[in-house]
Amino acid sequence: MARLTVAKTYKLYLGGAFPRSESGRTYQVHDTKGSLMANAALASRKDARNAVVAARSGLAKWAGATPYNRGQVLYRVAEMLEARQGELVDLIVRSRGVKAAEARAEVDAAVDRVVHFAGWTDKLSAVFGGANAVSGPYFSYSAPEPTGVVAVAASSASPLLPLVGAVLPVLAGGNTVVVVASQDDPTVAVTFAEVLATSDVPAGVVNVLTGDRAEIMPWLASHGDVNGLDLSGVPADERVELERAAADTVKRVHAPRREPDWAAVPGTARLRAFLEIKTVWHPVGAVSLAGGSSY
Amino acid sequence: MDLSYAPAPESAAIAAIAPRYQMFVEGAFVDGGGDDLTSVNPATGETLTTVSTASTADVDRAVKAARKAFDGPWSRMGGAERGKYLFRIARAIAERSRELAVAESLDNGKPIRETRDFDVPTAAQHFFHHAGWADKLGHLGLGPAPRPLGVAGQVIPWNFPLLMAAWKIAPALAAGNTVVLKPAETTPVTALLLAQIIADAELPAGVVNIVPGAGDVGSAIVNHPGVDKVAFTGSTPVGKRIQSELAGTGKKLTLELGGKGANIVFADAAIDQAVEGIVGGIFFNQGQVCCAGSRLLVQESVADEVLDKLKKRVETLRVGDPLDKNTDVGAVNSQMQHDKITRLTQVGADEGATVWTSSCPLPEKGWFVAPTIFTDATASMRVAREEIFGPVLTTLTFRTPEEALAKANNTPYGLSAGVWTEKGSRAMGVAAGLKAGVVWDNTFNKFDPTASFGGYGESGFGREGGTAGMAAYLDTDDEGAL
Repeated sequence: MARLTVAKTYKLYLGGAFPRSESGRTYQVHDTKGSLMANAALASRKDARNAVVAARSGLAKWAGATPYNRGQVLYRVAEMLEARQGELVDLIVRSRGVKAAEARAEVDAAVDRVVHFAGWTDKLSAVFGGANAVSGPYFSYSAPEPTGVVAVAASSASPLLPLVGAVLPVLAGGNTVVVVASQDDPTVAVTFAEVLATSDVPAGVVNVLTGDRAEIMPWLASHGDVNGLDLSGVPADERVELERAAADTVKRVHAPRREPDWAAVPGTARLRAFLEIKTVWHPVGAVSLAGGSSY
Repeated sequence: MDLSYAPAPESAAIAAIAPRYQMFVEGAFVDGGGDDLTSVNPATGETLTTVSTASTADVDRAVKAARKAFDGPWSRMGGAERGKYLFRIARAIAERSRELAVAESLDNGKPIRETRDFDVPTAAQHFFHHAGWADKLGHLGLGPAPRPLGVAGQVIPWNFPLLMAAWKIAPALAAGNTVVLKPAETTPVTALLLAQIIADAELPAGVVNIVPGAGDVGSAIVNHPGVDKVAFTGSTPVGKRIQSELAGTGKKLTLELGGKGANIVFADAAIDQAVEGIVGGIFFNQGQVCCAGSRLLVQESVADEVLDKLKKRVETLRVGDPLDKNTDVGAVNSQMQHDKITRLTQVGADEGATVWTSSCPLPEKGWFVAPTIFTDATASMRVAREEIFGPVLTTLTFRTPEEALAKANNTPYGLSAGVWTEKGSRAMGVAAGLKAGVVWDNTFNKFDPTASFGGYGESGFGREGGTAGMAAYLDTDDEGAL
């Protein structure tokens, strides 16, 4: 008799733990042949709020980590993602009905994308900041800092690459994330969460909600403790209300005009969207170099 | 011995204020369809001049002129030539600086010392600095070929009328955009003098359009479908409304909004220098500065000493005729602003804070407010939370650096902050912990076109000045793609 497989329960990823939705709700995810893939958690408003609390609590540690350390942690994510390639390929093949080679190409691209952003962490200050040539006796510099808690609606263009392509630049800048996964692909999103959970990413730095984007996003867009919104996964006609809600607390909003080309080499717009430039000034005193001064 | 100052007034005639000004659209000075507005000299309450205002149809015409100029000569021109126009404007501002300074003081009420030494030269510097970017956009770190956005709609406040116009127009043009700008209703004069300078510089018609008017004109600009980029400096409530109105339009938006800047004085600060910094932080431009250091956070152990010295120093501030070169504090900009400051000051007293006011004599005419300091304030009081936008300082105390940071960051705003300490590591550490776009260590209210300026949180987003300021006016390599 054939062995009965042990199916995985796919839950939310909040504050470094994998809880069920507090609402107790689930929704069924089927593969392209109509077979049940999973009962995924249908996240609620309360789950979204818990995710924001978790993201806020994770911020000090992540934003305060050295850029080198953040880079190493993100590189570790790439290592763990690579190691789970087979599992992710199987999930993508099942949920999207694509050929294994295509699914493998997506996972490979996702791993490479993580490596790309892991290498950005300690270069942001050099590229988007620097010493300012002010016309006065002052040392003035500008440097980027994370915006804070960013809510991301992942695009469902494909299961993994848009998720990684949206979350990683936000993380690289030192922000923490609440991401609403593609509704059709919760198994891939939660598997990515398991990668994060085993990659030294501190608890709360990434929080993954699965379920109905249209139900969850308004609560995140209007949440007073969310600082930024990435609406990549929200169709244009659903954006207006979310952007209006975001205006109540002057949130930073990234809303690409068209579906991003997730496979293309990334630029810097996603990084810059959730960075704040801080300028610091300090007087420079006159120090005499003549007359035997021994400063 | 009488050591009082004799008056040293600058001549108002230097400004040669015309009886009436017209709007500037498509390279010509023309009458708008709106009712004329009256600009008042806040130091006297008397009419300074009248100004033609734009109707909605005029805004439409200005946007179309800007589009035509963008599609035509301006985008066909190379960056180097574009830059040369900006250099011309910078030079002309410098050449007419005395006239501009006097006009600004007459229209705004700010002291001639500030318009002469800060507003006008910094406006010229902004054009000069940005001129040089026009042919170097590929070096901004925004990809090899960042593109202009198109027509920029810009709405500016009354606290730095000429300087804000320069902050907005210079980077927009350097990036290759064209502009429709609305100066504030109470301070339109220097923007229209700048329009004369722009016309004299032979900038192609329609590249810059200046349309005076009230909030309805600003609203018509930002909501015009032909505008690709909106830049607004003003209050947080209006900024939120603009962000909301632009929802879903895809227009690129920069907001420079309000603030309640913390000025933190540690016990080991050079106290006399800190006192000067506190004075400059809150009484510069009558405190009508979005990045003013309006919340003084002073370490408990030196609070009495700092406040004693501060009050003694503030007593010496000369409040009065903005055109007098000895004047430190001029008139606030309008009756409305005067009333708002007075009302919030009363609220502070009603809430239980101790109010101290300089005994300086105030002129009988005009809208003047004596420098005011609140002590014994608590973090929840309105005078500790709301932007007063006047010469009113609210003082709180703290014991530890952690408490100072927590109190400084306890605000929805995040524009500016000051730190006073002689300990370098503390200055850097506190600067790092402050949620503010500009931090002044052992100085305050310093600005430069090379140094990005802008806020965290509800103080807005986007930057002005520096490379980040240029990014706000460019469609960068990958925006909207990834």
